[in-house]
Amino acid sequence: MRFVRIAALSAVIASTAIAGDAFQTSAWAADAVKGKAAFIQHGCWQCHDFAAEGSIATSNGRVIARTALPLDAFKSFVRTTDGAMPPYRPAVLRDDELDDIYAYLQSLPQPKAASDIPLLNGARSQ
Amino acid sequence: MPKETAPKFNRRNFLAAAAVAGAAGAVSPAEAATALPEPQRLPSALPPNAHVAAAETGAPEMPAQENGKPGSDFMVDVIKTLDIKYVPANPASSYRGLHESLINYGKNTMPEFLTCMHEESGVAMCHGYFKATGKPLMTVVHGVVGLQHAAMAVYNAWCDRVPVLIVGGNDLDAAHRAPGVPTFHSGQDINAIVRDFTKWDDTPVSAQHFAQSFVRMYKIATTPPYGPVMMALDGGLQMEPVRDFGEPLYIPKFFPSAPPQGDLAAVREAARLLAGAERPVIVVDRMARTPNGVDLLVELAELLQAPVVDQGNRMNFPNTHYLSRPPTVIGQADVIIGMELSDYWGTVNGFVDNDNNGFGQNVSKLKPGTKLISISSVDLLTKSNYQDFQRFQSIDVSMPGDAEATLPSLIDAVKSAIGNDRKDAIAKRGDTVRQAHAKGLDGIKQAAAIAWDASPVSTARLLMETYAQIKDLDWSLVSTSGNTSNWANRLWPMEKHHRWLGASGGYGIGYGAPASVGAALGNRDLGRFSVSIQSDGDLMFAPGVLWTAARHKIPLLAVMHNNRGYHQEVMHVQRLSNFRNRVANIGNDLGPIGTSIMNPDIEYHKLAESMGWWAKGPITDPADLGPTIKEAVAVVKSGQPALVNVVTQPR
Repeated sequence: MRFVRIAALSAVIASTAIAGDAFQTSAWAADAVKGKAAFIQHGCWQCHDFAAEGSIATSNGRVIARTALPLDAFKSFVRTTDGAMPPYRPAVLRDDELDDIYAYLQSLPQPKAASDIPLLNGARSQ
Repeated sequence: MPKETAPKFNRRNFLAAAAVAGAAGAVSPAEAATALPEPQRLPSALPPNAHVAAAETGAPEMPAQENGKPGSDFMVDVIKTLDIKYVPANPASSYRGLHESLINYGKNTMPEFLTCMHEESGVAMCHGYFKATGKPLMTVVHGVVGLQHAAMAVYNAWCDRVPVLIVGGNDLDAAHRAPGVPTFHSGQDINAIVRDFTKWDDTPVSAQHFAQSFVRMYKIATTPPYGPVMMALDGGLQMEPVRDFGEPLYIPKFFPSAPPQGDLAAVREAARLLAGAERPVIVVDRMARTPNGVDLLVELAELLQAPVVDQGNRMNFPNTHYLSRPPTVIGQADVIIGMELSDYWGTVNGFVDNDNNGFGQNVSKLKPGTKLISISSVDLLTKSNYQDFQRFQSIDVSMPGDAEATLPSLIDAVKSAIGNDRKDAIAKRGDTVRQAHAKGLDGIKQAAAIAWDASPVSTARLLMETYAQIKDLDWSLVSTSGNTSNWANRLWPMEKHHRWLGASGGYGIGYGAPASVGAALGNRDLGRFSVSIQSDGDLMFAPGVLWTAARHKIPLLAVMHNNRGYHQEVMHVQRLSNFRNRVANIGNDLGPIGTSIMNPDIEYHKLAESMGWWAKGPITDPADLGPTIKEAVAVVKSGQPALVNVVTQPR
């Protein structure tokens, strides 16, 4: 059933590509693709956005793209969080899926520096 | 009602006479027979006039008619004295008399009738128009049916403290109703539908009563705290010739009321606390009713060198000012003054929705001993049933009154309360805040840079591509329905009162589109450029307002935040699924079943185009966004509405 769902999501996933994002050619690469599917299927995008950039409205502004948390700490947080984020227990999200999601987050591109984006240089100026 | 079949006591006379008889009280024949002899009656203070006397004897003469002038013509005379520019409304038979008088007798000017396709749109247009201009509009609805359609928009206006004049046509006299659809579903008391979320309502029974009540409702609605008001207008009263009942008809002159102010002793105590505080913080929500409110708040903040947290239901304080700070400063405060706050408890407490019993975690943000001050006109106008408050917060100095009106006396009191020994410390406090402000802006820009090139388009990019195309105009952000992570208030310079008009008030989805059109109508007449960030779910509640905008040439740039879902609910269902240890069933969509707006995706650009808008989309590549918005801006500057459909990240 899970694989059927992932297949059904393929079109959606294709349409949520990060422009210019070539997944890193690392040991994570194969899992990152599955991780992106799991990230979408299990609703992580709902609060963290598709590119894991986060939002002050839904994730307290926390960016999880390329999270600095080690894998074990990341998994422990997801399993046990009692803060604003609801916990994802194994019955909802398997360990291997969580590994894949972590790989996806690590595969995301480094953000540009705000100073390199002309439109942001004009922020809050008339 | 045909004149030749009218009884001597027609329904107008009946209603008027019934009111008098009710006031006098009735005595049955049986009671009269057993009653003790009455003591000698003293004369009343005021002798009855001819009309009262006629009603008491039961043999009134027919009152004089004013040349057969329809009652609704006189009503238009009344309406015209109040400088009401537009009547956005959906037509209805129960107010056909007034409708005909507005467009023919009144020549469809002051007010001009604007055709709406839903009563909710009519009310919300009035709502948006007021926030852009500071001038109230009126709308007219079909009594029972139309008012139920309008009700949610009325509730939004109530919660957002906005005056809207609502008139509901109704055929009260069942004995003389024309058969059929127009009168079938009349009501005994249609105002009851909205009574719990309006400031006042009335049902006039004579032309003179209408004149007094209409001016009265205008006065009540426009006296802070503002709010919507309702009048049930009988079909017969509109149709029948005006009668003066022996006294010349007149239209009361409107004079605005002075807003209520905080008690002077309490103002002085608040000033003493603020002047002596080490870390005072000012928190504001619907504080600045007018541009002058912004100036006054700047003066108070600079006097105290106190950071200001603007909760954003109005443009209260310039976000470019170094004293503009995020809510995190609340935890550092020793004195907090909240002005026109919707939720004081939520301002000074943290809540984490982290379990499935609904209670969550509550943590106070306050340091021990922090003093709380409040100035709020909402305290003067609270109702019991339909609520507009959160958990109760104890306040040290609470002033029921209008904050903007109270600010001049508070500023004077603070000036008097600041001793010379405090001035250096206050100046140093300002320097610290200035540094924090600059650092905070750098952080916001860097957050906006993340996912800058992502597809779907990030909400930060959506806002900044839009701003780049309008920044040289006198723009007004009339609505951001949905949630775009507050990027507009974080990245756009909000320095004038009309730059940002706030949100719906009652969180009723469907406000954004019609309120934007109403605000754009007001801005059009003031020479401003209107832009809205239009969410997908909001637009689909009553998209017919797009036609209204095109029909009446209301220029508005609507940039869509199309995240293909009712996103708040997407997250709620996911959260509950996790708490209950279940995999959320998403069917073939992205969000849990029942929360997505996809399969098929709605082509909003085609929807808008079909109703006379210039429109393009769907935009999924952020590189396409700037050039498309540039085209749309040119269209809007030519006087037409334009919509750009952008597929976006969720928030």
